[in-house]
Amino acid sequence: MEKRFWNEYQKEIADDHYFYERSCIRQTFFPGSEAAFLRILRDELGKDICDNPHQHTCTGIGYHSDVVPFETTMTVVARLFSLMTECGYENYVPSCVTSFGVFSEVLEKWEHNPALMDQARQYLWEATKREFKTPKNIVHPSDVIYKFRFELKPRMKYQLINRYTGQPLRVVEHIGCHYAKIFPDRGIGKAEFPYVLAGMIEAWGGTVIDYPERRHCCGFGFRQYLIQENRGYSIANTKKKFQSMEPYEPDFILTNCPGCNMFLDKWQYTIAEMEHKTYDKEGYGIPVLTYEELTGLLLGYDPWTLGLQLHQVQCEPLLNKIGIVYKPDEKYKGISGRLLPRPERPECLRQD
Amino acid sequence: MKNFGFTISTGRSINLDEIREENISKLLEMVPSYKWCIGCGGCTATCSAGAFTNFNIRKIHNSFVRGQYQGLDKELQQCMLCGKCLLVCPRGVNTRSLIVNMRRILAGVEANTFKGKEVIQ
Ligand code: SF4
Ligand code: SF4
Repeated sequence: MEKRFWNEYQKEIADDHYFYERSCIRQTFFPGSEAAFLRILRDELGKDICDNPHQHTCTGIGYHSDVVPFETTMTVVARLFSLMTECGYENYVPSCVTSFGVFSEVLEKWEHNPALMDQARQYLWEATKREFKTPKNIVHPSDVIYKFRFELKPRMKYQLINRYTGQPLRVVEHIGCHYAKIFPDRGIGKAEFPYVLAGMIEAWGGTVIDYPERRHCCGFGFRQYLIQENRGYSIANTKKKFQSMEPYEPDFILTNCPGCNMFLDKWQYTIAEMEHKTYDKEGYGIPVLTYEELTGLLLGYDPWTLGLQLHQVQCEPLLNKIGIVYKPDEKYKGISGRLLPRPERPECLRQD
Repeated sequence: MKNFGFTISTGRSINLDEIREENISKLLEMVPSYKWCIGCGGCTATCSAGAFTNFNIRKIHNSFVRGQYQGLDKELQQCMLCGKCLLVCPRGVNTRSLIVNMRRILAGVEANTFKGKEVIQ
């Protein structure tokens, strides 16, 4: 049998009692994902997870764009830890790969230089009169879903099988640079053999595409993106990935990080607008899902409650392939039951 | 097309398969001293043509050996053949000859016409 190197490296993932920290951009662009994660943990797995309303940014985007100094980041992180401590939790779960990288970096620095931690304690005390303990376990939400992927499977209504052909769906996975490239031992399978998303795909019936640019950046890159004139570099990275995955004809892309999800999804529209090119055969674009959305879909959650209508590349062809039942006329129905205005349709991307 | 305020940057990756080895051996045959080049960029720094335009002689001979031929012939026309670069090269590369012979190779002139001598001094 082929040797699976990732097997050699697994990380410790707490069993229960998590403190959840929400992502800044995920709330805006893929708003159903975090609600789905909480529902999966509470209703499907019966876990205890705290969703504290007093949380805030981790400063990640500002920090990696060189506008927020490390001392500020450290103090903001210390405040988040103080919320966790106040609620009586020890297992920290930040809903974003960037945050996960920031927390790992801060903790690593404190470990090697305890004077920095004292400094953060002092800043936090002076600013807020708060105190904190460091978490015992810090994992990304995808790690938690990965850990319980086989427990979730029997509860799932659908599998990653193409119902027209009976073949496993072909999936591109993207774990995001800050998940395992900064501190390889914090990611399942380390940076070279990332298995966190691949493990879910394989467990739920799909196959993972191992294409040449699999480990390449999604194109976010923080600073490259923030200045409009520099976005050509950002989109060039994303294009490189699409060109590399195109011959393998993926059915969809699964992402780990809110930023990657946004760029792999929305840049498809921009490239189509600029170069009249899509990377699927039919001109729809390749659907991009978060791992929470995928888990929710397979569990039978309503695609519109999961917020799939807010993606740039529309997901109906994928839903049809899996055989997911959905109501097309409820796509733009708000929570109140009232129909919301339909968004403008781009001419360069096909939609049904 | 919508104006997004930016365009998609093109990759700077070097495709080794595009290198035509016969071009490099031709060049080395015509300008044997080019073997000694260490890529210091002294030639570029002293070049008068480069002071007023984006002409960059080191970049050009680098691109030539990397097989990135596109647009090189046109770029090479900007050289005035003054020979200042030749005076500063710490390795004694006959840069002026290098330029003339790169032009010849790119124009498809056969190497053995000039065999054994560094043409144009
Ligand atoms: S000055 Fe001479 S050694 Fe330096 S890059 Fe130019 S040719 Fe090469
Ligand atoms: S010979 Fe050409 S490359 Fe050399 S200094 Fe003169 S103009 Fe520049």
